[in-house]
Amino acid sequence: MYVAVKGGEKAIQNAHKLMARDRRGDTSVPSLSLKQLSEQLYLSVSRVMAEGSLYDAELAALSIKQSRGDLIEAAFLMRAYRTTLPRFGYSKPIDTAKILIRRRISATYKDVPGGQLLGPTFDYTQRLLDFKLAADGEAPTPEMHKFEKKEVVPRVTDLLNDEGLIEPDELLAPDAPVGDITREPLTFPADRDLRLQNLARGDEGFLLALGYSTQRGFGRTHPFAGEIRLGEVEVDFFMEELGFEVPLGTMTVTECQMINQFQGSASTPPQFTRGYGLVPGQGERKVMAMALVDRSLRAEELGEEIDSPTQDQEFVLSHSDNVQATGFVEHLKLPHYVDFQSELELIRKVRKEWQEKREASEQELVAEAAQ
Amino acid sequence: MMVSSHNEQSLEIAARQSAMGILAKASAQDLAKAWKTLGLEPNYAIIRPAEIGLVMVRGRAGGTGAPFNMCEATVTRCAIALDDGTTGFGQALGRDKQKVLQAALVDALWQQPKHRDLVETKVLQPLASTQKQAENETRAEVAATKVDFFTMVRGE
Repeated sequence: MYVAVKGGEKAIQNAHKLMARDRRGDTSVPSLSLKQLSEQLYLSVSRVMAEGSLYDAELAALSIKQSRGDLIEAAFLMRAYRTTLPRFGYSKPIDTAKILIRRRISATYKDVPGGQLLGPTFDYTQRLLDFKLAADGEAPTPEMHKFEKKEVVPRVTDLLNDEGLIEPDELLAPDAPVGDITREPLTFPADRDLRLQNLARGDEGFLLALGYSTQRGFGRTHPFAGEIRLGEVEVDFFMEELGFEVPLGTMTVTECQMINQFQGSASTPPQFTRGYGLVPGQGERKVMAMALVDRSLRAEELGEEIDSPTQDQEFVLSHSDNVQATGFVEHLKLPHYVDFQSELELIRKVRKEWQEKREASEQELVAEAAQ
Repeated sequence: MMVSSHNEQSLEIAARQSAMGILAKASAQDLAKAWKTLGLEPNYAIIRPAEIGLVMVRGRAGGTGAPFNMCEATVTRCAIALDDGTTGFGQALGRDKQKVLQAALVDALWQQPKHRDLVETKVLQPLASTQKQAENETRAEVAATKVDFFTMVRGE
C-alpha cells in the first residue's frame, strides 16, 4: 500500500525552477521555436504524435521542447493535454489508396505498377556524419521529373489479391461497433481493431524489439515488406448538423503492408497472410514493427501454435504503452517511506526469529553431541 | 421532377464539400489573404463560437478491412449565420480559430447566389490552384526518386 507524503512545496517549486533553467541551457544560444522543431525534427514530432496518440505537429513540438527532448515524457504531455478537449466524434476511415504519395516502395515486386518511389529516405545513405550539416543548414533544391497525371498507384496487396494468393481483408458489417481503448479499458482476448489501436500508439522501441524477435525465430513470421507508403491523406468527418461528410484537411500518415507465409489449414488453402501498420506522421520503422507484431498477434485466429511472447496478446498489449509503463516504473522513485518502514520492521522481525531458531537448533546439536 | 431535384441537391452538396475541402486545406495565411481580396464585410451572428476539440481518426485493418481507431487529431470548428439567415460552417484539422471563422463566412457567402461567383473566383479558385501547384511539385519531386532496380543473376 502506498502512503502519501505531504510538504516539500518550496523545494519542489525550486526544483522545477532549476529544471526550467537547465532546459533553457546557455542563454547566449537562441531559444528553439516550435516551427524549428516541427520543421527540422519532424521524425521526433511524428513519434510523439503517434505515441501521444494525438495528431498536432505544433503541440508535439511544444511537448518536445517542454520535455527537453525526452520523447516519452513528450508523449505523456500530449496524452494529458488531450484529456482537456471535448471529443467531436469519429472520422470516416481514411482511404490510404487515395494518398498523395511522397514515398512508396515494395520489397516484393521490382516492377510494381506505379513504380518504386524512394521519396525522402535515409535508405541507401552511408551513415557517415555530415559535417557540412554542422557548418550550415542549407538544403539542396530537389530534382523534379515529369509524372503521369493520371497514374494510379494500386496497393501491392490488391495485385496479389487478383490471383487469390493472399487473404483478403476481413470485412465486418458497416455498423459493427469499433472498439476504442480511450473509452473502454482493454480486456482479453482483444479483437484486431483494439489491437491495432493499441499498437498504433505503442512504444516504437518495444514493438521494434518484439518484431525483431519474430524474425529471429520467436514466433516465426517470415515477412516481406509488401508495401510501405508515406503521404498525405484526406480526413472526412460526418457533421450531424449538415447531414453530410465534410473534409477536415489532410494529414500525414505512414502505412506498411507486411506479407507473410501461411501453410494453410483444413478450411483455407496455403496463401499469404498479412500484417498491417498505420501511424500518424512519418514513422517507417514503427509501421514495419507494428505490422510484424499485428501479424504475430493473429496467431490464434490463424490456428498457429502460440509459443512466443509476440503471439501473446496480453503480454504485448499490456506492456506496449510507454506512458503507462513509465508511470509504473517511475513511480518507484516517489517517497515510499512508510511502505519501506513496515518492510524494515518485518524483515527485522523475521531475522530475529531466524536467529532464534538457529541458536535453538545449535544448542540442540551441542546437547546431542554431549550425550 | 423529384429525381432531378434530388440530383441537384446532391450536386450542390458535393460542390459545397469540395469548397469546404479547399478551405480546410488552406493555410491560415493564404485564407486570410484570399478573404481580404473579397472586399466583403458581412454582418454575421455566431451560432457556435470557434471551439477546439478532437476527432478520432480511423483507418482500416489492411487498408481496406474493418475500421479501427488510429489516433486523435485536433480539430477546430465554428458556425455563423449571415443576416439573411444563411448558416456557414467552418472546420479544419488544427487549432486555428481565426481560420475556421473565415472558412465559415466563406461557406455562408458561397451559398448566397449573389456571392457565389465572387467567392469562387476570389477565394476558392486561387486557393485550389495554390494547392494543386503544391501537389504537382510534390509529385514531380517524388517522380525524380523513382528507381529502377535490376535483379542480379546469381552464380554467373
